[in-house]
Formats: sequence, C-alpha cells, structure tokens
Amino acid sequence: MNATENRVTKLVQKEYEHGFTTELETDTLPPGLSEETIRQISARKNEPEWLLEARLKAYRHWLNMSDPEWAHVKHPPIDYQAISYYSAPKKRGKGPKSLDEVDPALIAAYHKLGIPLQEQKALAGVAVDAVFDSVSIATTFREPLAKAGVIFCSFSEAVQDHPDLVRSYFGSVVPYTDNYYACLNAAVFSDGTFVYIPKGVRCPMELSTYFRINEANTGQFERTLIVAEAGSYVSYLEGCTAPKRDDNQLHAAVVELVALADARIKYSTVQNWYPGDAEGRGGIYNFVTKRGDCRGDRSHISWTQVETGSAITWKYPSCILRGDGARGEFYSVAVTRGSQQADTGTKMIHMGRNTKSTIVSKGISAGLGQNTYRGLVRMTPKAENARNHTQCDSLLIGDKCGAHTFPYIEVKNPSAKVEHEATTSRIGDDQLFYCRQRGLSEENAVSMIVNGFCKEVFRELPMEFAVEAQKLLDLTLEGAVG
Amino acid sequence: MLSIKELRVSIEQKSILNGLNLEIGSGEVHAIMGPNGSGKSTLSQVLAGREDYLVSGGEVLFDGLDLLALETEERAHAGLFLGMQYPVELPGVNNMTFIRESLNALRRARGEPELDAADFLRRVREQAQLVGLDQALLKRGVNEGFSGGEKKRNEILQMAMLQPKLAILDETDSGLDIDALRVIAGGVNGLRAADRSIIVITHYQRLLDYIEPDRVHVLVGGRIVRSGDKQLALELEQRGYGWLDEAAA
Repeated sequence: MNATENRVTKLVQKEYEHGFTTELETDTLPPGLSEETIRQISARKNEPEWLLEARLKAYRHWLNMSDPEWAHVKHPPIDYQAISYYSAPKKRGKGPKSLDEVDPALIAAYHKLGIPLQEQKALAGVAVDAVFDSVSIATTFREPLAKAGVIFCSFSEAVQDHPDLVRSYFGSVVPYTDNYYACLNAAVFSDGTFVYIPKGVRCPMELSTYFRINEANTGQFERTLIVAEAGSYVSYLEGCTAPKRDDNQLHAAVVELVALADARIKYSTVQNWYPGDAEGRGGIYNFVTKRGDCRGDRSHISWTQVETGSAITWKYPSCILRGDGARGEFYSVAVTRGSQQADTGTKMIHMGRNTKSTIVSKGISAGLGQNTYRGLVRMTPKAENARNHTQCDSLLIGDKCGAHTFPYIEVKNPSAKVEHEATTSRIGDDQLFYCRQRGLSEENAVSMIVNGFCKEVFRELPMEFAVEAQKLLDLTLEGAVG
Repeated sequence: MLSIKELRVSIEQKSILNGLNLEIGSGEVHAIMGPNGSGKSTLSQVLAGREDYLVSGGEVLFDGLDLLALETEERAHAGLFLGMQYPVELPGVNNMTFIRESLNALRRARGEPELDAADFLRRVREQAQLVGLDQALLKRGVNEGFSGGEKKRNEILQMAMLQPKLAILDETDSGLDIDALRVIAGGVNGLRAADRSIIVITHYQRLLDYIEPDRVHVLVGGRIVRSGDKQLALELEQRGYGWLDEAAA
C-alpha cells in the first residue's frame, strides 16, 4: 500500500454522531415471537379483527419460510426469539396526541437529532412524523395539510380513522408472501406513516418521517403506505438513526407506494442507522422492502436514497410500471466503510407500453466495506417501446474494500430498449496530488471528489436534504485521509 | 526565489536526479530542456511534493523556506504552482467551484479574506477569455472530457487565477497545435512579473520562440550539464542532445 492509500484508509474511523440513548419509561414486550406476541401488539393498538387476522396469516406463512441467502452479505443467524417486537415510550395522556402530552425527553431526543417537533421551530415547509421504536410519537403540521385534504398521520391512527383506505391498499403492493422479511413485517409491524393525497392535489409541504431506534434488543418493523390519487403530487423524505450498541438490531420495514394516473411520488431516504464499530460489532441490520406501484397511466415514482449507515443494508426500492407511459426512477448513493456491507439496488418491472425507467447507482466503498449493486430490469411481453437506462458506478477508497455488480436483465418484448453502463474507479493518487497541488487539503480533496461522484444523485434530493446528505457524507468519510 | 543544491532523488531504488543544482532569481524565466528520461518531470514532481519519490540528499530553498519539509498543499500556499503534463479529470467536480476553492484555500492559508463571489466570477471569466478557454468548460467537471489543448488551457487559467510566485510548467506545449501554443505562451508572458519566477520544462525549442527565457538549462542523466542563454536552445535544436551526453561523460 502506498503512502496516499494508507492515509486514505484512515478516513474510515469517524465516530457515529447519533449514538446517544434516551432514558424513558417504556412499555416493552418481553423478547420472543409467537401468535400471542402478535395478539398483544394488535391489542395494544386496538386493531380491528381483519388486521389481526392478516397478521396471523402472515405469521403462519412466515414460519414456513427461510432466510434469503442469495444476497452478497454475511451475518450470523438471527435469533428471532431474542428480539422484543414492541417497545413504546409510556404515554402521558390519552386521546389525540398533542405535543404537550409528549414526554419532554422525547422532544429533547429529536431536538438533539436536529429535528425540532415544535412547529414554530421546524424547517419551514417540512411536516414530520416522528417514529420512536415501535410507535409514532408526534406528527406535525397536520392541520394545514388537512385543509388541502392531505392525510398525514401514523399508521396506527390511519387504521382507526381511515380503515377503508388502509384496508384497500395495505399489502396490495408488497403482499405478505413477497419475501421473508416483508412477511415478518406483515406479522409484527408496529407503526409507521400513512399518507393520502387526494385527486389533483399538489401536497403543499414536504412530508417526512424520522425513524429512531432507542430501546436495546428491540426490532423496528414499521410500515409506510403512501397513496397518490390521480393527478396528485407528493414529496416524502425519511431519515433514520439509532444509538450505539454492541448487539445487532433488526430493522425490517415495508414501504408501499401507489400512484394512480398522472400522479407523482418522490420518495427520498437518508439512512444513517448505527453502522457498528470499526471491528464490526453491533449496528443495524437494515432489511427493507420498498416498492412503488405505478398503477395509473403516466404515473411517476422516483426513489432517491443515500445509504451511509447500518451494519448490513439489504434493500431494493422498486417500481412496477403498470400504467402506460409510467416512469420509474432510482437514484442511489450507498457508502460502506469499516465492516459495513450493502446489497442494494432496484427492480424496474415494465408492464405498460412506453414505460420508462432510469437507474443511477453510486457505490462508495472504503475500509473493509463491501458494496453490491443488484438490479433487475424486466420488460414483460406487453411493454411495447419500453426504455431503461442503467448507470452503475463504483468508487473505491483504499485496497481492502470491494464493489460488486449483479445486473439482471430480462427482455420479453422486442421493441424494448435496455442500456446498462457500469464503471469502477478508485480515488487516484493523481487526483489527490492534483487537488493538493492547488492548495486543497487531502480531506477537502476527497470530499470534493466523492461529492462530484454523487452529484447526479444529490441533485434529485430536496434542497434541505441535499445539504444534509452532503454533510453526512463528509462526516462519514472524514479522517479517511489525513 | 528558488535555490536547489545537490538534489538527489530516486524512485523504486532507481536514481533519477544525481546532484542537481539550480538557482532561479525573482522575475526570471528559465527553460529546462533535455531528452526523454533525463529527470525533467521528476524534478517538477519533487518540487511540488509528490510522495512517490525518495529524496536522498540535497536541499531546496523556496523564498527562504525549506521546501522539502513542506506538505504538498503547504507548498501551494507558499506560492508554488505546477502546471501538469497530464492534468487529471475530476468527474462531477465543477471546474469553477474547484478554482474558487483553490483560490480561497490559498487566501485562507495566507490570512487573507476569501474573494467574494461576484469578484471571483468576473475574474475567472476574464481570464478564461484570455487563455481562450470556452466559458462552457467552466461549468463542466474539472478537465472532464476536455481535449488535450483544453486541459492545458485550463492549467494556464488556474495559474493566472492563483497568481503563484513560482510557476513550473511541465511540458505544457506537448500535444498542442501552433495556435494553442501561441495562446498559452501569451498567457505565460502575461504573467511575467518582477516578483514571479517561471520554469518552463520542454522537449522542443519551438515553445521558446514564444516564451523567451532568461536562461536555458540542459538536463541529462539527472544533472544540469549545461546552462546558457536562449542561443543554447537553438543549438540543441540543430545538434540534438547527443553531443552533451559525451560532454557529460
């Protein structure tokens, strides 16, 4: 290893910023998974019978499934009986949640994460749903949103207040039979966010959910459902952090998006779960199923993700392009450093005519990080004149990390066009020397080169998030040189 | 300005510079010529602080500073600029942002305030025009997809923006057609100043038709074997380097 690489490798030892824990009185189920656990979760949420039945059906199915082994990741077997499936801060009052009833320690915890829940202090134009362990503790700006007809609330509330909407869309994009983790989620999910945008409405603010795992030995299984009626538009963001713990924790979420004719959903993620320490102890297993259904003609769903955290990331935000002229997009930056592993990518299933998809994936590996892009582009027989363009770039920092690309392409319609471009590069000594010769510090140079590499993805993020993502990337890679 | 004494440099145990001596005064333009493999590029890389080389002896004083003790970026802060023979591409890094960051890094290091955005913009556009660099290239990634000539113009643009005390131009003329050569020579001549020294490293005499050097040095086998005025360059053009090899032996 030459001098520069040696220095570059040090870039990886940056402390995790959000590793604090919050002391709270909680209502936590003892570890273990059984039908009884599921009945208890459902009872705590006062769920209707159909939902409990749906959970139990999923659970019984799950018992006959096995862990997927095809991903390019390694971890010891997960003991599902050792996890607690429900943990919630004790409520101070009953009835509808107002911020006054939320434990000040929780508000302080979010404040520390840079997410003020008091509306007057919040980022103008961004409404937040704050999900803490298994429950949503507050949702801001509900009233102005309600005026526009937008429903933005926790999943649990939606089950109570909008049961018909939930029932008609729940599991319609990701059925419980879809995969092992999605099935587990369908059985034990606790909370999440529900969004409904009525016909022709352009959602007046950015919507966001901030997920926080706090309690030890618990899993977080949230469920997000976004429905955009014909001609509507919504931009939704999610952020995630967790305390530093020596044990691995499981986060197995399901996100379902439904876009009807001419609707547009823009879904952005900045994922910064605790990645584990330098030796690979601890960290979140981020095993997530995200899928968007472009049901209507000319509907349009874009996924943008910046994945810097988690010990293991396993997720493939996908689009089913069912409507004619539907568009799907996937923009991703995934960073692995230390002992992190990521197997991420997307699926674009073209079913409608003239459907179009774009995939831009940027993988950055440093330290011992392993970064895998796995993507499927499927052109079904009916996908006349469908188009896909995939660009898949990997950047290596140091010589002990890895980048892997597994593109799957299936074309069953002769008029379809699929393009795939892939590159792998290394931050070169020449590049660093060039920057330093012009007076930039090595750290600055790496930051510039990495940000330049990710530019096509960052420009897809809403502005506040783009700044956040860039800062996060700088922090993540800080000290990789120097 | 620059004083090199008995500089010895090797890479992978192969010795490249074998006791090189060179004195450059303030405001002077020196040309260094020599055959392939004589150590011209090594000299420029070592002066700029490239880490792959082992300096086994000698000293270099730059404006009174012990140059070899400084980090690469500190040398830049002190006013050293190297125009590279093969400028690298920095994909996605906006050219204008890069130049502004560089300039501000130098200014910060010297305790000067950062240049305000409007001033910077005006200056960079002005200079780009002078070196004949298409304005559109200011908005592209640094050298990303630039032609050979555009890359060299971009180097001269950066030199003009950074206003170094010592500029080393490593084979800036290689691969340029005569028009590009003229523009670049014009850029260099425009920067001649009493408090700025310039080293032009070149293979061919033709660049020296446009940039008139105060001194010409011939580097062979890792040492300066002959120095003279611009007549020496013309002599080399006619006789090649062979006769100097014999003289050096």
